[in-house]
Amino acid sequence: MSSIAVVDYGMGNLRSVAKALEHVAPDARIVVTSDASEIAQADRVVFPGVGAMPECMRELEVRGLRQVLVEVAQTKPFLGICLGMQALFEFSEEGNVAGLGVLPGKVRLFPIEAMHDTQGQRLKVPHIGWNEVHQAVSHPLWNGITNGARFYFVHSYYVEAGNPELVAAFTHYPFAFACAVARNNIFAVQFHPEKSQAAGLKLLANFAEWNGMASNLG
Amino acid sequence: MRGEERRGFPHSSPLTPHQIMGLAKRIIPCLDVTDGRVVKGVNFVALRDAGDPVEIARRYDEQGADELTFLDITASSDNRGLILHIIEEVAAQVFIPLTVGGGVRAVDDVRRLLNAGADKVGINTAAVSNPQLVADASSRFGSQCIVVAIDAKQVSVAGEPLCWHVFTHGGRKDTGLDAVAWAKNMEQRGAGEILLTSMDRDGTKIGFNLDLTRAVADAVGIPVIASGGVGNLDHLVDGVLKGHADAVLAASIFHYGEYSVEQAKRYMAQHGIEVRL
Repeated sequence: MSSIAVVDYGMGNLRSVAKALEHVAPDARIVVTSDASEIAQADRVVFPGVGAMPECMRELEVRGLRQVLVEVAQTKPFLGICLGMQALFEFSEEGNVAGLGVLPGKVRLFPIEAMHDTQGQRLKVPHIGWNEVHQAVSHPLWNGITNGARFYFVHSYYVEAGNPELVAAFTHYPFAFACAVARNNIFAVQFHPEKSQAAGLKLLANFAEWNGMASNLG
Repeated sequence: MRGEERRGFPHSSPLTPHQIMGLAKRIIPCLDVTDGRVVKGVNFVALRDAGDPVEIARRYDEQGADELTFLDITASSDNRGLILHIIEEVAAQVFIPLTVGGGVRAVDDVRRLLNAGADKVGINTAAVSNPQLVADASSRFGSQCIVVAIDAKQVSVAGEPLCWHVFTHGGRKDTGLDAVAWAKNMEQRGAGEILLTSMDRDGTKIGFNLDLTRAVADAVGIPVIASGGVGNLDHLVDGVLKGHADAVLAASIFHYGEYSVEQAKRYMAQHGIEVRL
């Protein structure tokens, strides 16, 4: 039986992530865990999280999870969600803290003063709700998901990838930002697949079967 | 697609050409829950049973609801825990955002609801009696999961500039606080969203109080959910186009089958509002 570890580091609601995985992968063993060896032994790792970046990094430190996360992010099918995506990068403007540095780039606050749509309407921050996800690359995790499908977002910070090749999808708010990144065995999303109904469940189902190769042919 | 600025990835283009739209306006069915059942009354009286919360939640999910809001209006403390079981059950079957409010007094209440499967927690009366709770809950769990619910009632009379006060205790107590100023205050303290209910309109089915909604929505930089008074689909359209709401909440028009959520969304789309279909 394949296993998926959902990394528990005290940041936010892991129940929904676990429930959604149980729903799409009834044959997999889903473990919500903060145990480094359990994470290291799992076949796949989901790194979720909501909340603030400084607490996130502090909790990872306190629980001794930094090293195992950096390791599994290089070796296993790895899915970062929301804060779990942001934490993979080098630096965040939220609290001006360093992230895990697994991927090049930084996390920036939406420029509150410049948040207007094409009609001049003010755009609210946090970016909350269902927005379109435009796929920039072909990837096994997009299988069966319409390009432009709406996913549920809730965030005030966004990833500015240091390498354009990382971007797996973008969303406009009001400029295009990277809402999904991919490199080798890593896939990470700013939106919440576990809260994005059919499209989100499809992405999680794809992850539960993913072998960690970026190519559809792999 | 729109030729506009992209940050951090100049090269990429969509795999297939399609029109790029923006953030959708949300439609949020609201379930008032007491003693484990969904009910709806007019101005908090004449409660009418509308059914089983889990069943109703599933129905709205199938109809394309963007989120669900549960307000626990259970009076007796004996049955307070029921809402946790309901949320747990809904969260295992319905994979859209869930907001739960009602009776939230302390950071620990927020934690319990989030652990049960809520994504956001609504704070109402306690935000007035203890504004620090909003700051504490927001710094502990993130502002994205803290919704401050404001029940507002018009206090100005004809001829005076419009003015609304914040009411608590189910609309019985005038706090004397100006609703617009209070919304800004809550934003500064860390609220991620405002759920704005017009007490004058709640349950009346004559439409949102659009002046109130616009005044608050234009004053804050966080999303505003309009609530109170929806009786038909034009009211939802008006809430967005005239009230500038980011999301619209309604209960009875959906509970009793007058309209489905999908019908409401199609109607809004026909009126030029971006929705998730």
